[in-house]
Amino acid sequence: MAEFEPRILAFLCNWCAYAGADLAGVSRMQYPSNIRAVRVMCSGRVDPSFIVRAFKQGWDGVLVAG
Amino acid sequence: MVEVGRHPNIELITLGEILKVDGEPGNFTATIKKKPRYVDETKCIACGECVKKCPKKVPDPYNAGLIKRKAIYVQYEQAVPLKYAIDPEHCLKLTKDKCGNCEEACPTGAIDYGQKEEILEINIGAVILSSGFTPFNPSEYDNYQYSSFKNVVTAMEFERILSAAGPTQGEILTIEKEPKHPKKIAWLQCVGSRDINRAKNEYCSSVCCMYAIKESLIAKEHLGKDFEPSIFFMDIRAHGKDFEKYYERAKKEGVRFIRSRVHTISEDPKTETLRIGYLTESGKVEKEDFDMIVLSVGMTANASARQVADNLGIKLNRYNFVKTDDLMPVSTSRDGIYTAGVMQGCKDIPQSIVEASAAACYAGMKLADARGDLVKEKKFPVENSIKDQSPRIGIFVCNCGANIGGIADVKSIVEYAKTLPNVEYVTENLFTCSQDTQTNMSEIIKENKLNRIVVAACTPRTHEPLFQETLRNAGLNPYLFEMANIRNQCTWVHSKEKEKATAKAKELVKMAAARASLLEAIPDISVNVGNKALAVGGGVSGITAALSLASQGFFTTIVEKSDKLGGAAKHIAKTSNQEDVQTFLADIIEKANNHPNVEVLLNAEVTDASGFVGNFETNIIHNGEEKTLSHGIGIIATGGDATDTEEYLYGKDARVTKWNDFEKAFDKADNPQNIVFIQCVGSRDENRPYCSRVCCTSSVMKALDVKKKFPNTNVFILYRDIRTYGEKERLYKEAREAGVIFIKYDLENKPIVTSGKKYLEVKVFDPILQTNLLIEADLINLATAIAPSDNKKLAAAYKLSVNEDNFFMEAHAKLRPVDFTTDGVFVCGIAHYPKPIEESIAQAMAAASRATIILSKSSIRISPLVSSVDKEKCIGCGLCVEVCSFAAIILEDVEGKGLRAKNIEASCKGCGLCAASCPQKAIDMLHFKEKQIFASIQAAA
Repeated sequence: MAEFEPRILAFLCNWCAYAGADLAGVSRMQYPSNIRAVRVMCSGRVDPSFIVRAFKQGWDGVLVAG
Repeated sequence: MVEVGRHPNIELITLGEILKVDGEPGNFTATIKKKPRYVDETKCIACGECVKKCPKKVPDPYNAGLIKRKAIYVQYEQAVPLKYAIDPEHCLKLTKDKCGNCEEACPTGAIDYGQKEEILEINIGAVILSSGFTPFNPSEYDNYQYSSFKNVVTAMEFERILSAAGPTQGEILTIEKEPKHPKKIAWLQCVGSRDINRAKNEYCSSVCCMYAIKESLIAKEHLGKDFEPSIFFMDIRAHGKDFEKYYERAKKEGVRFIRSRVHTISEDPKTETLRIGYLTESGKVEKEDFDMIVLSVGMTANASARQVADNLGIKLNRYNFVKTDDLMPVSTSRDGIYTAGVMQGCKDIPQSIVEASAAACYAGMKLADARGDLVKEKKFPVENSIKDQSPRIGIFVCNCGANIGGIADVKSIVEYAKTLPNVEYVTENLFTCSQDTQTNMSEIIKENKLNRIVVAACTPRTHEPLFQETLRNAGLNPYLFEMANIRNQCTWVHSKEKEKATAKAKELVKMAAARASLLEAIPDISVNVGNKALAVGGGVSGITAALSLASQGFFTTIVEKSDKLGGAAKHIAKTSNQEDVQTFLADIIEKANNHPNVEVLLNAEVTDASGFVGNFETNIIHNGEEKTLSHGIGIIATGGDATDTEEYLYGKDARVTKWNDFEKAFDKADNPQNIVFIQCVGSRDENRPYCSRVCCTSSVMKALDVKKKFPNTNVFILYRDIRTYGEKERLYKEAREAGVIFIKYDLENKPIVTSGKKYLEVKVFDPILQTNLLIEADLINLATAIAPSDNKKLAAAYKLSVNEDNFFMEAHAKLRPVDFTTDGVFVCGIAHYPKPIEESIAQAMAAASRATIILSKSSIRISPLVSSVDKEKCIGCGLCVEVCSFAAIILEDVEGKGLRAKNIEASCKGCGLCAASCPQKAIDMLHFKEKQIFASIQAAA
């Protein structure tokens, strides 16, 4: 059986975490590719129901960064 | 910087040098030498291909020479404009006519070795000089051993070592063959500052104490519990807002502060450990070993600034900084030419920003008559309605040179994109952002009747505005656009996993397309703004702000609580440069009383306020009568004053005075024997854990006055740290030379004052002599804490925040020093933090300048990405009102329904906290609607 690789959904605040993810790119920092970002204008936008919805849809992990 | 680069009314000339300025204020001609970049800015797309092929390595000044860059380079990743430049001193083609690699590598043909220096002449109305400083260079001073030992670094170098984007990616390592994590680092303060013996810089650089504390705390964060940071200092100057708390925190977190002078730095040749020899306060000789030494270098006037001053005929002061008057801060000796930042003298970022806005205010006052003459605005075709159209998505996948295409398989991304729902058109571009692609894109949109656009490329944070403009040019609403970030957050960070990067890029495109299908056109919003202003507080700050606005044609009402204008400045005789405050104050009061655009309301107080930017209604009580004022902006300048104290017999013995009451007591004194000043009375303690900033300078000035009148009187200043920051340090030096005796005391061991018949007895422990002293004082003056007015009511009226010490809290401590998070309200003067008069004047002008941005327009455009309330679903619970930090949602009474939420578009920042909190799901965020976010979540699940 293939090793379990979690699929992670990330809600990133446009002003900090998303900008940070961009800068990680500029600095060519390498990290695993199993993360997908959804840009929001503030982590405050993230309704708990978004997180529940993500898990229901099959995401293994949810990251809220802001 | 990005904003400057993109602003239609800012022309950015890089590599420029100002040679002369002819003419008069309002009509200057500036002659500018523009040095060649050797790269065509209009063609360079900053792909970095040239750098890969450039063979010549050069020490990288941005990284303080710790690593090398190439001869073709961009200073740093966020540089504006993000265009490469060739260093003509090192380029092989330009120096030896060899190489030419970059020309071959450049995919857009931007390299131009033949570029020549240009001389530009531009017509301007005012000039603002802000050419910064040069960090002190310790290499020629053998006492610091900077040139001899590798692990003696400057704070600028250490700053790069700490940076995640620096040469070690933020890992703190010693500089040697086998780098290791240092266990002990020492910071040495006042390197090149407060030093008349070696460096010949007598001033204090004002910022080094705080940056050393910051560096030590970040290092501690990186290196963990066992790391031991030590700071060797003379006085810790934590005189800024909330700085003292930061200093106290550093002590608690294990930063060691050693009050001492370091005399020798040596190195163990075998272990390369550095040894510091120093003298403690009590004169004991000590030695200690460290892995690294950071020199907290000061700021010096830079040579190019001196050249500019020379070219423009403006005066410099004794330290080669631009000369200004305390009462006319930021004005140079030449009319119409202003200055901001360290070019004028050592200061930190917030003060530099305050000065920059103040300089803009002066320029605005000079040019008020011509306001708006040269403003450029972009014109776009009429927007096509997409109502009732089903989505037709166009996807543009960018290769970005090799940045994306070199890692991910762009062809397969394109093929995949074609299979996605609603997608009508997919193409790949070498560089989607290039000018010709933009023109093509616009045509493609029109030809294919596309109504949703996805660009899979870099990041929306830098490129969304560009593509949105292309949509506008094609007649589409700019919000029908989405980016898939397949470079910064994909190929660049998974460059070694090409297949995985391709798979992720495909999913990101899928998520973007799914979201794009549900995007809606959002109309622009603008609100009308009233052009009247209100200044709350009639001290120097309030009056200065009012006069600055009035002279630009904006009617301003000053609401003053007391029966007189003038505030705390009424008690101040002179500034630290001996300028006469009372004449100045009388002058501005007279101007305010007589200016047709200024209304002065004395005995008036704000009781309540409502509204938002451009549209405030403030209720006041004036001479017992209620009144309502309508105004577009508000300036909060409520000031503060010296507090009373119960310590040191104040109020019990008439010989103990505070602050400027001393002058009256001193006038009566006849050749007194001993006079004692006690500092930090009620400041920097548990109740008021902040430094009142102005007291050290004030007491030192008073001490000098005493010595001038009675040279034989002994003057003692009992202090904790002397904080005569910046050029005020000279007063401290003069006082020491005049024989004023400075005795340091600790909070744990405060002086004790008892009342004798003939004298006041002051008992204090002298840490140098290590003994108790008894001073028989004729007079004692106390530097009591400066506290703000009671600001709570006003804060509630305009939804502003105050900090723990009751000073108003600005929107950002460093970058937005006069703004509030509530738009349209600004702060200045002591309401923000204790400060000397020159800083209050600058801040008041800065507040006026920020206000002018709003007042000068009849309406302002605001971001339409705001909340929207469904009144049918809303139950009026008010949770949204509670969570909103910007006062952007209110409850209003809807007939027949009761209370319902209403969003104030002009105040909304689009954060979405209200939407996430609403139990009824009655609030949604435009462009970030629940269904749009769900589409993304679902697409890649």
